[in-house]
Amino acid sequence: MIANDWIQIFISLAFVVLMAPLVGRYLAWIYQSQSLSLEKGLYRLLKIDADKEMTWKEYGVAIVVSNGFFFVAGFLVLWAQAILPLNPRHLSPLSAEVAFNTAASFVTNTNWQAYAGEAQLSNFSQMLAITFLMFVGANTGMASLVAIFRGFTRSGTTMMGNYWSDFFRFFVRAFLPACFLMALVHVWQGSPQTFKTTVTAKTMEGSQQTLIVGPVASLESLKQLGTNGGGFYNANGAHPYENPTPLTNTLEFLEMGIFTFALPFFFGRMIGRPRQGQVFFAVIFSLYLAGLGVIEYSEKMPNPLIAHQAISQQITPLQDGGNTEGKETRFGITQTSLFSNTTIAATTGAVDGAMDSMNPLSVLVYLVHMFLNEEPGGKGVGFAGLIKEAILAIFLAGLMVGRTPEFLGKKIESKEVKLAVLSLLITPLLVLGLTALSVVIPAGKSSMDNPGPHGFMEVLYAFASGNANNGSAMAGLNVSTPYYAILIGVEMLFGRFLPLLPLLAMAGSLARKKTHPETAGTFKTDTTLFVVLLFGFMVLFAALTFFPPLILGPLLEHLSILHGISF
Amino acid sequence: MKLLGQSFRATVLLMIVCGALYPAAVTAVGNILFSHQAQGSLVKGGNGQVLGSTLIAQGFKDPKYFHPRPSAAMTPDGSAAQPYDAAFSSASNLGPDNSAEIKAMTDAAAAYRLENHLSPGSVVPIDAVTASGSGLDPDISLMNAELQAPRVAESRHISLDRVKELIRKKTIKPQLGFLGTSRINVLMINIALDNEHPAEKTN
Repeated sequence: MIANDWIQIFISLAFVVLMAPLVGRYLAWIYQSQSLSLEKGLYRLLKIDADKEMTWKEYGVAIVVSNGFFFVAGFLVLWAQAILPLNPRHLSPLSAEVAFNTAASFVTNTNWQAYAGEAQLSNFSQMLAITFLMFVGANTGMASLVAIFRGFTRSGTTMMGNYWSDFFRFFVRAFLPACFLMALVHVWQGSPQTFKTTVTAKTMEGSQQTLIVGPVASLESLKQLGTNGGGFYNANGAHPYENPTPLTNTLEFLEMGIFTFALPFFFGRMIGRPRQGQVFFAVIFSLYLAGLGVIEYSEKMPNPLIAHQAISQQITPLQDGGNTEGKETRFGITQTSLFSNTTIAATTGAVDGAMDSMNPLSVLVYLVHMFLNEEPGGKGVGFAGLIKEAILAIFLAGLMVGRTPEFLGKKIESKEVKLAVLSLLITPLLVLGLTALSVVIPAGKSSMDNPGPHGFMEVLYAFASGNANNGSAMAGLNVSTPYYAILIGVEMLFGRFLPLLPLLAMAGSLARKKTHPETAGTFKTDTTLFVVLLFGFMVLFAALTFFPPLILGPLLEHLSILHGISF
Repeated sequence: MKLLGQSFRATVLLMIVCGALYPAAVTAVGNILFSHQAQGSLVKGGNGQVLGSTLIAQGFKDPKYFHPRPSAAMTPDGSAAQPYDAAFSSASNLGPDNSAEIKAMTDAAAAYRLENHLSPGSVVPIDAVTASGSGLDPDISLMNAELQAPRVAESRHISLDRVKELIRKKTIKPQLGFLGTSRINVLMINIALDNEHPAEKTN
């Protein structure tokens, strides 16, 4: 690494560490203050009684029903694209299965793309389906997280807050204004923003070039801030129109990181224990740093398979060496490492380079992050996952010393543990089950693009990404086939809502319980010891559950490359 | 029942606000403040004809121009490779240990040496033999530009020093002094070549 790499990393991360607590405080204000008159106007317009509290079941039903509407609306736009306006290129509609996959993908904040944006979507679809679903998917995640928080802040009640109020507060006071401002910054740096579709250029060598433009910047800021990740173009954030300069690249991963890393501080403020928030931040930030280190090391590594050839892989003042396949010159390795590590950590799924061409150790990091799904991404749902893992870690600690575990003054009893485990088991079930199925049946195997362990990783990555609602892909895998479009579509819906509902139930059960004052016998959860315990639990869980596929995939590939074996 | 009505109204309202008003507002303000960028950073020739975009690579082949990195872009229907097609961006998606990737790099290196009259064993830059993430990377590394300079100078019948001087002038430094890499924008340097040495424009 050269000095400039360190400077880029240091300044970006310092920004996250400084800004995250402030944004967390702002989010807490959003949810702890009175409704604004703008919000009250919205509620009147929609005939919503935003002061009426809901039980966890009512809240859960409201999430599922409203998202059902969003989903159907998005699906219809994509499916009827051909007869809708703003389609001067007469693009045909998406096939029913790809439209289903896409609507499921965007309503769940996954933003998995089984289509190529610039070649298959009209500007109408990019706005009324994609931009719309990106907003509502992220807002739903945020609302559900706030409801789960209330399990810890309340006692002796069955009420979890009002879904619509939680939904619109974030939308009005943070999400929409932030997207608007950052969209203008993206336009300034070079992202197109127009209702035109194409520009035809006559190149200096006399041939014709068709440039695809559209409302790119407004989609771009939203894609990052909402940890959505679905690009306007097929190449996503690697496309120079989506991500024109190193500055936009930096802003993009900071946009993904800022709400994400603010969530633990937000949590600490909401429960009135800021220190607990700092502890959670410490856990996820260390995992983030560890991941970044491995990716940076791995991508800067010269490829031993071409070491004997006269190809310079060194980093010199005249070129950025390392694995440049699938990476853009303007970013270089370090910017791409920062971006890809953040996109996985924040479960965004945007990419600024080809994930399929990354070195195996980098893919190992991506997979582990997605398996744990511990990072506070998915606009909230990820952080709920972290709380679930904390509860299980405390339960294990309680077993070791033989006393009823407590978390934040709430007794953790068999019901909560059962619900947390139920939620935890969904990931291995979906990811490992579907991967195993797909590597044996022809419909699954025929889509692989790379041979050997890399091809296996493509399939494993696809299901890990769908389940974690991440949405990035090792894009060589052909996922627009009916088999993958339907299977991953269903998986994304399950991966989003199946773990969420038990957590909501758990929060409902916690909210009913009394809050106990801390005593000398209470296991403190805002200490370094707890950080170690939680870290240990997560590593142990990941190792026990996912070691076999990690050995068959990234570890096998890494070792074979070191031994000079290609496939 | 109440929930169905609320969800329906929320869907309609949010579709209008998020899907229409928000992009329209960004378009309006964006085009007032930054109209050049909002329209796609287009470069126009003397007659007003659009030559391309500074942000999007073009597949220069003529020896008197600098050439971009290899591209894995595809035909508009996505069925086959069509390098530098701006209507379907794509990466190669080849893994580092795929023998097709090793072959692609080996072949690209050989072609690069041939094109630039380099001796068979001479070292080529990594960005000249790897496809970018978008297939539309507008930039090349400085090492790549320097190795192409003698060929450009020779086919334009100008001195190598003048081309090297142009490379120095057109080098894009890391943004704000530390973000990203130093690089050359291929379209911009080729336009500059034609402008500064118009005599050699037609060969």
